[in-house]
Amino acid sequence: MKLFTFLRGEAFARGIHPPEHKGTAGMPITRVPFAPRLIVPLSQNVGRPAKPIVKVGQEVLRGQPLAQADGFVSVPHHAPVSGVVEAIRLNPTSGGLWTESVIIRALPGSPQSVEWEEPQDLDNVDDSGLIAAVQRTGIVGLGGGVFPTHAKLRVPKEFPVDTLVVNGCECEPYLTSDHRIMVERAKDIMKGIAMSRRLLKNPRAIIGVEDNKPDAVEALRAALPPGGEITVESVPTKYPQGAGEMLIKTLLNREVPPDARSYSVGAYVQNVATLAYMGALAPRGRGFIERVITVAGNAVARPGNYLVPMGTPLRFLLDYVGAPEAGVEVIFGGPMMGQAVACLDAPITKGVSGILVFRARDLEAPSTKKSFPCIKCGKCVESCPMGLNPSTLGMLAAKRQYDTMADHYRLGACFECGTCSYVCPANIPLVQQFRVAKQVLRGKPEKAA
Amino acid sequence: MSVEIRSAPHIKADSGVVKIMRNVVWSLLPICAFYIWQYGISALASLVVVTAACLAAEEFFLRLGRQSGDLGDWSATITGILLALTLPAGFPLWMGAVAGFVAIGLGKAIFGGIGHNLFNPALVGRGFVQAAFPTAIATYTPSFMPGRFSEFIPSSLALPFMTPADTTAWAASHLDGVSSATPLARWKFEGVLASNWDLLTSLSGHLAVGPSPLLILACGAYLAWRGYLDWRIPAAVLGSAALLAAALYPLNPQHFPEPGFVLFSGGLMLGAVYMATDMVTSPVTPRGMWVYGALIGALTVIIRYSGGLPEGVMYAILIGNAATPMIERVTQPPAFGTAPTKETKA
Ligand code: SF4
Ligand code: SF4
Repeated sequence: MKLFTFLRGEAFARGIHPPEHKGTAGMPITRVPFAPRLIVPLSQNVGRPAKPIVKVGQEVLRGQPLAQADGFVSVPHHAPVSGVVEAIRLNPTSGGLWTESVIIRALPGSPQSVEWEEPQDLDNVDDSGLIAAVQRTGIVGLGGGVFPTHAKLRVPKEFPVDTLVVNGCECEPYLTSDHRIMVERAKDIMKGIAMSRRLLKNPRAIIGVEDNKPDAVEALRAALPPGGEITVESVPTKYPQGAGEMLIKTLLNREVPPDARSYSVGAYVQNVATLAYMGALAPRGRGFIERVITVAGNAVARPGNYLVPMGTPLRFLLDYVGAPEAGVEVIFGGPMMGQAVACLDAPITKGVSGILVFRARDLEAPSTKKSFPCIKCGKCVESCPMGLNPSTLGMLAAKRQYDTMADHYRLGACFECGTCSYVCPANIPLVQQFRVAKQVLRGKPEKAA
Repeated sequence: MSVEIRSAPHIKADSGVVKIMRNVVWSLLPICAFYIWQYGISALASLVVVTAACLAAEEFFLRLGRQSGDLGDWSATITGILLALTLPAGFPLWMGAVAGFVAIGLGKAIFGGIGHNLFNPALVGRGFVQAAFPTAIATYTPSFMPGRFSEFIPSSLALPFMTPADTTAWAASHLDGVSSATPLARWKFEGVLASNWDLLTSLSGHLAVGPSPLLILACGAYLAWRGYLDWRIPAAVLGSAALLAAALYPLNPQHFPEPGFVLFSGGLMLGAVYMATDMVTSPVTPRGMWVYGALIGALTVIIRYSGGLPEGVMYAILIGNAATPMIERVTQPPAFGTAPTKETKA
């Protein structure tokens, strides 16, 4: 296998090998108890916010819809716990923004079982019926994309998909939730793959798993249905292997052109966790009310892979895992691309795959260190998976020449993977500068063509 | 607010400008030690004085303000050591101090300090003294002179603005039959070739040479292995110099030396491994590094063969530095997603 990947050119070009810190990889998924109050924001994903369909004071069952989708690119949200709707009001989210949220007071002794479902025989519905069934689960891209999964499944007809690429790379350090899902819920993943393949007109499916997770590869292979249309490939462990474009490059040696979707090269990428939940929930007509989240970091006393009810307040979860609330940095997602949390009163939402808590005093973020001017060491150029020149981009950003960045140095192709900032010995906050540049450019009126 | 907000990424590779520079300094120490063994206290004094001048200049310009960096980043130390290694061991110390001050002042400070300079500061300093003191810079002394640890080479101690003492006569009075001309000068002006092996190791014979090429290669290899030096540049410089020399050799075997002599003589090894690889003044793009290195290697040979001076490494690297922005512009990395698709069966 190693030789095979070597011969065909060893994964995508460039990239890095940060320390993995995947100490939670061997820890089975365990449940987190209900917080006294759960907060379900109506807007948790790309697309329109959901419309509430419950009233204040109303009793709801675990799994019952609280809000319905508003249009096609929108998903419903469901009650994560049986309880009473206490309020529908503004509540802070992780970024610090306040959004309309449904607050549910959990009933004491609320059951862990799902009390509300609408099972459906999906074998006998047409494609739009299947897409509607996926939409009813309220699933969004769980790898961090938070794009409604059912909407992504509607691929334009002019782009035939020949390969469903299943992303089991989980290349971010610390995170192991996808790993555990592959080990413990391989059957659900296969169900999700079957549904997706049906909607994509039966392409072959390749599950790409980084070679630091041999037990996941084994579990998946054991769960493969007969027929050989689905295969499991062990791919080199390298950041950012889990980026869709990079995995397509590694598995198929196809490069998605700039500004194009992956289906333009015949590939459709879906994350393993998304498929697992789709496979488990859609046939039973259940809502997405909890997910597996890795909680780790050097300030966490009891790290692990937790099954967390959606809407659990971050403060409650930190308390449960034994993490202090002061003098820490809390990150939603992985250490390379995750977002620092501004407000501990924020609830946990659908897009959170990991929660990392670091003691502030040993923060390693580039922005905490003394920075030098670019010494042109070339490390960033050598590492950028998109083949950009972060050194020159950074110098242009410092001079605010944002248009030159976009027009001559392909700023738009940067997907903010963080690799350049990670390697830069001068501690230049490159990605941060690129983010600002993109924001400024977005704010500008379109140039006349 | 008790929670910290930082921008992703939240982790960082274990490296840093200071760490890189410090490692370069460490890797230079064995080379310095051997150099001192070759030339005795004159070499030691030269290293100390030139480096001190660089540090003093750095401190001076930092105090003037509008400079990035600080003394603790070791970059001025590197400039000082490299500059001293490119000068003849018996170079008058006061001239060495001038060279050091000019290296930092004209080579680095006027551009805005670390990271902003266009040319390798050490070579700017050397270029300056080459123009200002053409005789002194061409006056070498043989290595392994008896009494080198107790006695200075007389030119070292020349008083400022005085003509240095004549070292050729001094060398001849200490040791019969040695030549104070460098192997390159002897090839160029007398048609005499030194043995490759002697040049490479600098161990035997009383050659008027600089630091040992073999040791430079070894120390450079260590740096490259640790990831503090890009191997592409020395490979390209030495490769292109060797190729060009090998191509020219059959045309005129009487006059042109063989590739080995070209590689091991003069300052080519030091230039290829430690000067051309200066990060700030070399391209950031991998393809650019190849082009830049190849250009320097070829220019070195061309200048040596056809110029009026026996040595051409310094000018070759300075020209390479000047060409760097242009080289970078035409060697941007290939964009992801624009390569023609070559399907492999997965
Ligand atoms: S953040 Fe952007 S520029 Fe930096 S390495 Fe990633 S893709 Fe390249
Ligand atoms: S890694 Fe940093 S110092 Fe090195 S070239 Fe890139 S931006 Fe410059």
